[in-house]
Amino acid sequence: MGFEGIGASVRRREDLRFLSGRGTYTDDINRPNQAYAVILRSPHAHARIRGIDTSRARSAPGVIAVFTGADMAAEKIGGLPCGWQVKNKDGTPMAEPPHPVLAVGKVRHVGDPVAVVIAESKAQARDAAERIAVDWEVLPAAATMEAALKPGAPLVHDDVPGNLCYDWHLGDKAAVEAAFAKAHKIARLELTNNRLIPNAMEPRCAVGEYDPATGDYTLWTTSQNPHVIRLLMGAFVLNIPEHKLRVVAPDVGGGFGSKIYHYAEEAIVTWAAGKLKRPVKWTADRTESFMSDAHGRDHVTKAELALDDQGRFLALRVRTLANMGAYLSTFAPCVPTYLYATLLAGVYTTPAIYAEVKAVFTNTVPVDAYRGAGRPEATFLLERLVDIAALEMGMDRVEIRRRNFIPKDAFPYQTPVALQYDSGDYHRTLDEALEASAWATFEQRRAEAARRGKLRGIGISTYIEACGIAPSAVVGSLGARAGLYEVANIRVNPTGSITVFTGTHSHGQGHETTFAQLVADRFGVPMSQVEIVHGDTAKVPFGMGTYGSRSLAVGGSAIVKAADKIIAKAKRIAAHLLEASVDDIEFKDGMFRVAGTDRAKALAEISLAAYVPHNYPIEELEPGLEETAFYDPKNFTFPAGCHICEVEIDPETGEVEVVNFTAVDDVGRVINPMIVEGQVQGGVAQGIGQALLETCVYDEAGQLVSGSMMDYTLPRADDLPDIRVGTAVTMCTHNPLGVKGCGEVGAIGAPPAVIGAVVDALRDYGVRHIDMPATPQKIWRIIQAGRQRLAAE
Amino acid sequence: MPKVSLTVNGKPVTVEVENRTLLVEMLREQLRLTGTHVGCDTSQCGACVVHVNGASVKSCTILAVQCEGADVLTIEGLASPDGTLHPMQEAFREYHALQCGFCTPGMVMSAIDLVQRNPQGLSDREIREGLEGNLCRCTGYHNIVRAIAAAQLVMHGKAKELPRAAE
Repeated sequence: MGFEGIGASVRRREDLRFLSGRGTYTDDINRPNQAYAVILRSPHAHARIRGIDTSRARSAPGVIAVFTGADMAAEKIGGLPCGWQVKNKDGTPMAEPPHPVLAVGKVRHVGDPVAVVIAESKAQARDAAERIAVDWEVLPAAATMEAALKPGAPLVHDDVPGNLCYDWHLGDKAAVEAAFAKAHKIARLELTNNRLIPNAMEPRCAVGEYDPATGDYTLWTTSQNPHVIRLLMGAFVLNIPEHKLRVVAPDVGGGFGSKIYHYAEEAIVTWAAGKLKRPVKWTADRTESFMSDAHGRDHVTKAELALDDQGRFLALRVRTLANMGAYLSTFAPCVPTYLYATLLAGVYTTPAIYAEVKAVFTNTVPVDAYRGAGRPEATFLLERLVDIAALEMGMDRVEIRRRNFIPKDAFPYQTPVALQYDSGDYHRTLDEALEASAWATFEQRRAEAARRGKLRGIGISTYIEACGIAPSAVVGSLGARAGLYEVANIRVNPTGSITVFTGTHSHGQGHETTFAQLVADRFGVPMSQVEIVHGDTAKVPFGMGTYGSRSLAVGGSAIVKAADKIIAKAKRIAAHLLEASVDDIEFKDGMFRVAGTDRAKALAEISLAAYVPHNYPIEELEPGLEETAFYDPKNFTFPAGCHICEVEIDPETGEVEVVNFTAVDDVGRVINPMIVEGQVQGGVAQGIGQALLETCVYDEAGQLVSGSMMDYTLPRADDLPDIRVGTAVTMCTHNPLGVKGCGEVGAIGAPPAVIGAVVDALRDYGVRHIDMPATPQKIWRIIQAGRQRLAAE
Repeated sequence: MPKVSLTVNGKPVTVEVENRTLLVEMLREQLRLTGTHVGCDTSQCGACVVHVNGASVKSCTILAVQCEGADVLTIEGLASPDGTLHPMQEAFREYHALQCGFCTPGMVMSAIDLVQRNPQGLSDREIREGLEGNLCRCTGYHNIVRAIAAAQLVMHGKAKELPRAAE
């Protein structure tokens, strides 16, 4: 056994089952007498349902039942709830139209569920679904925010005027206006943050089961947070009390945010299982994933940065339109507000910031958090604007950043947009990234590339993000309808092995390894003595799940808290067994020792005494050695860092090759460096994907044009470079581990570095900004236009 | 319904299928070999790759009835009966080449075929190009490339043991 404590790159214990085909993903679960559900979805972006004739489907071979929105409405099944209420500038609540599980009256996006067919086999259900006749009255669609905001635009929801969900703001408008009035220069930028489709490799799946003998429901689902699904579906949709509803999220094949939300299909299979007294399984095919998984990003923004004559930032003004899609997904309203505008200070001392955000309904799939959630949007706009400010000022891109960094002795640092950063050293991550990327010698590489006929550019991003969400009282005051603490239960078994139940969920992050390292380290026992259990509401007391890079910062802190309770109790048992005062008991390396003596008891001896309490302080202490802890974080955590990207562009084709990518991140204390590097590399890959390849396209009628993996460009192995990752750590000051979070930094930091590099490569062609994705066609056109302009001069 | 007889992971099986049943459906639904995954419906993602007569095939793109008499190897049949992992499996673990694990079975089966078809050895660039047909959304491919580069040394007998990843 090598070193396996905190800081060791322990190989993952989950891998053996995944590498041998023995993982258990939801679609691998088959229940006795199971039936199969297929959902009929709207082919139209916006249409009224004049009638639905299901008779031919009902009589098709193998069909057990067909249900429509009317059937669910008749049983008073609730709509899908939204978990966050944002308020308008005037204090009134946002528009929150109903989101029926199956459409009632009208459909609002391509893919909106209309009916469900349940049959003996999936093929039979699919065949029968084609026999449902819907009498459509196709309506004009508001397919884009621009279309939705035009006077007289089609209304997505008849009772939401102007398709406006909310009109929100943050910051000091008067201070910003005063600063702009005395600015030496103003950098301006209009940009689109492209809409993305998350595409976790495992399509969503749900299996519902009902036990008529007990009245218990079970839902197996592809979720990042089974307890949240139990709460939302049980309390708001199906009216099943928590003690009669078990939700299991087994192995889950990637989430990236898209598996946070409570989706219609979960409610459909659970409800149908109860009605039919048979297990019901639904598995998305990828086409359904494209038109029913929540999408991400989709902002249109105008931003202005006021500077003094030394290049110092005086004020930032931002106006953003954020697309909500057709309905409010679980966390959608908070993404372009409290996860976005609050990040607009970045790593800079900008004293005055004012942001206005309008959220807009459109006839598209709902938009919600996708890896980074609001922070990539804030970071992209800010870092692009800083590059443009450097151009305006004739300053170096690195120098303008340094000049405006929050200095490392300024923490805790209160930004003008609500957040208080606890720690960081932005010069250090910058310096290390400059060094690792050989920034200083870049011009030689540019010249060498030019000799090969290639345009080479370099880009930089110095980002911060806020994660480890979140203090419950704070988010509650901002409109969250849930607490965002985390829960751990630790059970030291009679013979000393340890079972840890965590409310977070691992769907690629390797918690079973990292958390076991952490617990083994805390108790001074080998990792092999520690088991991590997650993903089942029947096993884990409670939990809020995994998103917002919170698992270690919040869930790990809950584990530490529970472990400390165990150690405190074990000390009292040890004091009794060793006939010493509890104050004299020390715990180190798995041994409870009377200080300064060789009298000691191992953890396993204590646990045996706790469960076989023959010689035990029974008057003072309960038997057993099991503790539960709820940890509510004191603040967000603030990972930050520097990403540097180098690209080469073929001027004849416009194709971009990422030739170098360097990330130096401060993610707080690192438990398992191998896993942290993997998380950052994966995030960077999605960031490069957003910057160069991926975008969701709807046509004017609201048809999803990029609706398959043949049309939506996911990064493939030969699209991506090696991704060099380093860390330069400052500790988080407010959680017991000093950890910050690493799951999203890649997707947050990378896009502006990539686009900065592309713009730098094209600097001779008169371009200041390129919207994502920087496709070959877009770049080729810029080069052609630039050449014509140069020829004319 | 037609019957198809074939060998799966070394064992002869005869399965009754519909004409339209895909190989992946037969493996997952009828033989309950759920290690092979379905990630898309357009033959793009490669999560379903298995070996048919020694060559990698997207099992969503071939009918079960086309596999009459074929020798099919899935991820479940890759390790030795005593549990010893194939060098490619071992390399994926050593180099942290998987996160959520969903693309992994297809990725491993493709990688083995890729290496076997290229006894001369593959550069990192060639490995990346050879993985065109397999999508991974978690890793950014960096560690997958490392793993395959290391595994090929063992598979071609150029190294006795898998080179360890840097700490």
